[in-house]
Amino acid sequence: MGTPKTASGYAVLAEGVVKRYRGRGKGATEKRALDGFDLAVRPGTVHGLLGPNGAGKTTAVRVLATLLRYDAGRAEVAGLDVAREPRRVRSRIGLTGQYAAVDEGLTGRQNLEMFGRLFHLGNRRARQRAGELLERFDLVEAADKGAKEYSGGMRRRLDLASSMILFPDVLFLDEPTTGLDPRGRGEVWDAVRALVAGGTTVLLTTQYLDEADRLASHITVIDRGRAIADDTPDALKNRVGGDRIEVVAADTEDLAAVARTVDRVAGGGLVVTDASARRVHAQVADRVAALTEVARSLQDDGIAVEDIGLRRPSLDDVFLRLTGHGAEHGTAHGTGNRDAREVAAA
Amino acid sequence: MTTLEQKPGVTGGGREHGLTYWAVSDCWNITRRTLTHYQRHPSAVVWQLGFPILSVLLYGYVFGSAMKVPGGGDYREFLMPGMFAMTMAMGFMNTAVAVVTDAAKGVVDRFRSMPMAPSAFASGRGAADLVVAAAELTILAVTALLIGWRADGGAVAALGAFGLLLLLRFSLIWVGVWLGMLVPTPEAAGGLYAVAFPVTMISSTFVAPSLMPGWLGTVAAWNPISSTATATRELFGNPVAGGGTWVEEHALLMAVVWPLVITLVFLPLAVRRFQRLSR
Repeated sequence: MGTPKTASGYAVLAEGVVKRYRGRGKGATEKRALDGFDLAVRPGTVHGLLGPNGAGKTTAVRVLATLLRYDAGRAEVAGLDVAREPRRVRSRIGLTGQYAAVDEGLTGRQNLEMFGRLFHLGNRRARQRAGELLERFDLVEAADKGAKEYSGGMRRRLDLASSMILFPDVLFLDEPTTGLDPRGRGEVWDAVRALVAGGTTVLLTTQYLDEADRLASHITVIDRGRAIADDTPDALKNRVGGDRIEVVAADTEDLAAVARTVDRVAGGGLVVTDASARRVHAQVADRVAALTEVARSLQDDGIAVEDIGLRRPSLDDVFLRLTGHGAEHGTAHGTGNRDAREVAAA
Repeated sequence: MTTLEQKPGVTGGGREHGLTYWAVSDCWNITRRTLTHYQRHPSAVVWQLGFPILSVLLYGYVFGSAMKVPGGGDYREFLMPGMFAMTMAMGFMNTAVAVVTDAAKGVVDRFRSMPMAPSAFASGRGAADLVVAAAELTILAVTALLIGWRADGGAVAALGAFGLLLLLRFSLIWVGVWLGMLVPTPEAAGGLYAVAFPVTMISSTFVAPSLMPGWLGTVAAWNPISSTATATRELFGNPVAGGGTWVEEHALLMAVVWPLVITLVFLPLAVRRFQRLSR
């Protein structure tokens, strides 16, 4: 079963979507959560939507999932216009938001049966579908226990199962693994892969870049309500360039000295300092020579180092490179939990 | 997906029904959901009744002998209809907490992303609240009968009294839904008790307004809870202790008017609040 295509051949399409929030009271300023947002998701793929907090990821998902009206532009999901036919869109989509939206006062089975009936399956089909999904999401044993007693991963699986009741063409996953332990995340990833193998299109927002790297075949980076990059994870990484040297200082006070040393060795490359992780990293041309030189030099200066190493560019680097530039315009906006600053080489 | 799975039609189950059918059917499913909560945890009703039952014991037995009913009559007979009315009034908290919990956990968003009738969330909630309120009244009435309360006004009048109590509860569903959408977290909703408690106390629930200082007595007499309490006292044939003011003399009328006014104000507010979610 494939996702029906829009006229343009995409499962999800956004063109120049604008979403304004009006401030309250007199003279309140208007904020544009989406400011000409474009997105094109191919059917049967996982598409990652990445961006700093407040970039508009969740707003984009809420607009596409019919929860928010937008002010301008065009949005299509499963070939249907989101603004004109929200009700029909709702019967073609699944939504898993930032919280596991299940009823903790019911058992897993009762949750699925209730949602099934509300999807208008009728009692018998709702029961049958609940049974299928419990099996599929490995919840049979816990089926008749209260959802309150479920682990985070189980609750998320039940949440995912609830959004799969109608075999959605498009599934929106808004930070589906936030707050889960590694095992729970693995469980959710497996479930998502199985869904996509069955033909569902997934739009995934996440603050974990490794998650996007593992699941998504295509990534859109959003910042300040606009898509600022759109490509495959590999192509995005290639933009950032070659290997990087990474030093974690033992003491925060040494960060500036470490950055200077790395800057000297890296020879003009961009040096990134992440204060909260006491980490400095930069792109280098000759990886082994750079590693040796930085290690020797820091030792000579008597700077204690917790860790030093080389690594391939990650989506983190892509992310910092793309959204870090935005921060230079003077608008403060955080990138997740980290206090990341790009320090241009002197 | 496995080959066993068949894709249903675009309208969900693929059954052809009108919007009204689905509004009723979805409402019933939401009602059923809330009732299943109580079925799984019947003790929840008992917890909710903890406060009124404790109040009955405290006021009926601890303070009771010091309480006098203007115009005569047994204080506990006077107290019970007040407790019924107060329990109905405090019920809006249950609605508010349930609504804000659903909103905070993303359940409201899930419902809104589904092809169900948008009205069902509130209508189903309200219907379930009324069923629970009826159960609460039954338990309270049995408790009242055990401590010697009697309804002497006849069966029809007693049914009318329970009807008025449920009417008050019905009107407060919309206050609860509105407040539930207004406050940010379930914890914040808990703070509403601080407001609700004095509002229910400054009424004829425990003490006749004529015994309060002038201005406070006026506020208490005009409290919608007082109208329902006084009207049900009349219908149950319990001591009324009316102070002779217009609003007390017309308690039966006001016990219908107040809930209608509350509904007319808060139902649109609740609907507007719900619609604003998409802005």
